[in-house]
Amino acid sequence: MKRYVWILGLLAAGWPAAGAMTAGEEKGTAIFREADRRDEGFEDFTADMKMILRNKKGDESIRELRTRTLEGKEDGDKSLLIFDSPKDVQGSAFLSFTHKKGDDDQWLYLPALKRVKRISTSNQSGSFMGSEFAYEDFTSQEIEKYTYQWIRDEVYQEMDCFVVERYPVNKKYSGYTRQVVWIDKEEYREWKIDYYDRKDKLLKTLTAEGYKKYLDKHWRAGKLRMVNHQNEKTSELLITNYAFQTGLTDEDFNQNSLKRAK
Amino acid sequence: MKIRIIATGILGVVGLVTLAPAAVDKFSGYVELEGRFFFRDPLYEGQRENNGSLAVEPEYYHEWDNGSSFTFTPFARADTADTERTHFDIRELNYLHLGEGYEVRAGVSKVFWGVAEFVHLVDIINQTDLVEHLDEEQKLGQPMVQLSLPREWGVVDVFVLPWFRERTFPGGKGRLRTEPEVDVDHARYESGAEEHHLDLAARYSHTIGDFDFGIYQFRGTGREPTLLPELDKHGKPTLIPYYEQINQTGLDMQLVTGQWLWKLEGLYRTGQEENFFGGVGGFEYTFVGVCQSKLDVGLVGEYAYDTRCDEATTVFQNDAMAGLRLTPNDAASTEFLLGYMKDTQNSSSAMSLEASRRFGENWKLSLEIWGFFDVASEDPLAAIRQDDFIRVRLAYYF
Repeated sequence: MKRYVWILGLLAAGWPAAGAMTAGEEKGTAIFREADRRDEGFEDFTADMKMILRNKKGDESIRELRTRTLEGKEDGDKSLLIFDSPKDVQGSAFLSFTHKKGDDDQWLYLPALKRVKRISTSNQSGSFMGSEFAYEDFTSQEIEKYTYQWIRDEVYQEMDCFVVERYPVNKKYSGYTRQVVWIDKEEYREWKIDYYDRKDKLLKTLTAEGYKKYLDKHWRAGKLRMVNHQNEKTSELLITNYAFQTGLTDEDFNQNSLKRAK
Repeated sequence: MKIRIIATGILGVVGLVTLAPAAVDKFSGYVELEGRFFFRDPLYEGQRENNGSLAVEPEYYHEWDNGSSFTFTPFARADTADTERTHFDIRELNYLHLGEGYEVRAGVSKVFWGVAEFVHLVDIINQTDLVEHLDEEQKLGQPMVQLSLPREWGVVDVFVLPWFRERTFPGGKGRLRTEPEVDVDHARYESGAEEHHLDLAARYSHTIGDFDFGIYQFRGTGREPTLLPELDKHGKPTLIPYYEQINQTGLDMQLVTGQWLWKLEGLYRTGQEENFFGGVGGFEYTFVGVCQSKLDVGLVGEYAYDTRCDEATTVFQNDAMAGLRLTPNDAASTEFLLGYMKDTQNSSSAMSLEASRRFGENWKLSLEIWGFFDVASEDPLAAIRQDDFIRVRLAYYF
């Protein structure tokens, strides 16, 4: 039995490597590669974020945070999130190193105890600060983390878009079986993502608004809205004060910088 | 190529001028109302049954354009029952200088080392503010000069600690104390320099993929006093804290594999009556999003050992601990933590339940229940065997 499973595993692993990508898979991968290529060279960016959590009844709860991201050259990006509100979590900070291959590294700093806690890999599918965003929606979307399949072309908000499905390579720790992404053909911006849960039921929809171009090259959204269809809660993320190429280095993304982030 | 470099240069300069973060001034903190209610009568004469208190911990933070900063965090608590628990401390008062490839922090500060949840074995820089809580997580500010060198091959930290802080202990009217009570006014030292002995510590820590570790050497005044039973000048029994000069080597490491976190802390200490090894090891396992909900369930298992056995100055000399953490990830950040500690050599056990949630944007309500069961007479818990309690805190954060 064990050997049988092992052979199956080998087959599954060997299949795409044998170059047997379908036309749809090739096209889907090419679209994301192009999107990635167009955003290359941002070096680093910082931004302020405000997250508004809303439940069915319309009760609101606010979280404010700041983000710093360093573009990875050989490996994935590094990012630091600093929490400003609610006030009881002020000074907490989250550091993540995304990797093109293998699991990401994540740490959380708790200022009351001056303690840095390592976060387990499975945490990526967990809720981010009680919102409808998961940690994995927040961290850098490295191209190697998914396989892709172009589904169709479709007009979305008067823009010609590709509709591409992506499947997490690490199925064990992702909260999703697949994501369906709408990307416009002109600028390769992500406008909408449908997330399907582990039972392949539609879980959430993300829509982006207010895209602006920075340094004449890098498109960033000003507002991301996540709707959870299963619990009817929404989380809105407003992103302001984008700044690019601010001179951040690896030294701004280690445990020392995590501890002194305020 | 040249054009690109120039363009980048111009952008860089523009970036520096327009995007450099301006100096930051921040005032934050909390005010907390606390009540501790004990289920059973006090064991010792003079102890008050319950207590209430008011605590405040404001923080002022200033950051200059170059990233250097100043932090001031005083703390004060006023307690209705225990005069020792009514106390003031400077948790932080320091200047951090951010240099090229180094950091220097000078002043009163707080540093935490360790990975375990129930026991903070290797943590040594700061003294425990024991009157605050029996979980030993609250620390007194420690005067220090810290040099930190972050490198690609790890971080080296060197500490010079010019002034020692004595451990706080509950007073005669307080619960959760020893009998006889600890006489904090007559502490003794092995070193003739007493609290002015210059203590030193150095630590190397690094992360290699899924593996974090740290190793340190500490030399100086032990933070954990030996309590000497004596008679005071009125002939009344008392416990005198005695602070030895110790050498301690400590190690902490942590490995993450999927849902598992594996943890280990170990130390070797010389200078007290008996040289000894201490260790705590364990795991944390997290189920994320149980049954397609946002609920995370964490399981913690730890085991602590001390080669001094019953002579140990710690409660955790040969104990197993289990914890269950529930995090519903709701907007109010509700959290539950159930803990169970069992001595493996005698009948003693302890249980705790902690729960907290936020109300509105600024209020936080916390509830704790602690119980001690079948406490053996030789166990360090014996002194507080009657002190099962419930602790309620309401804090306003600003």
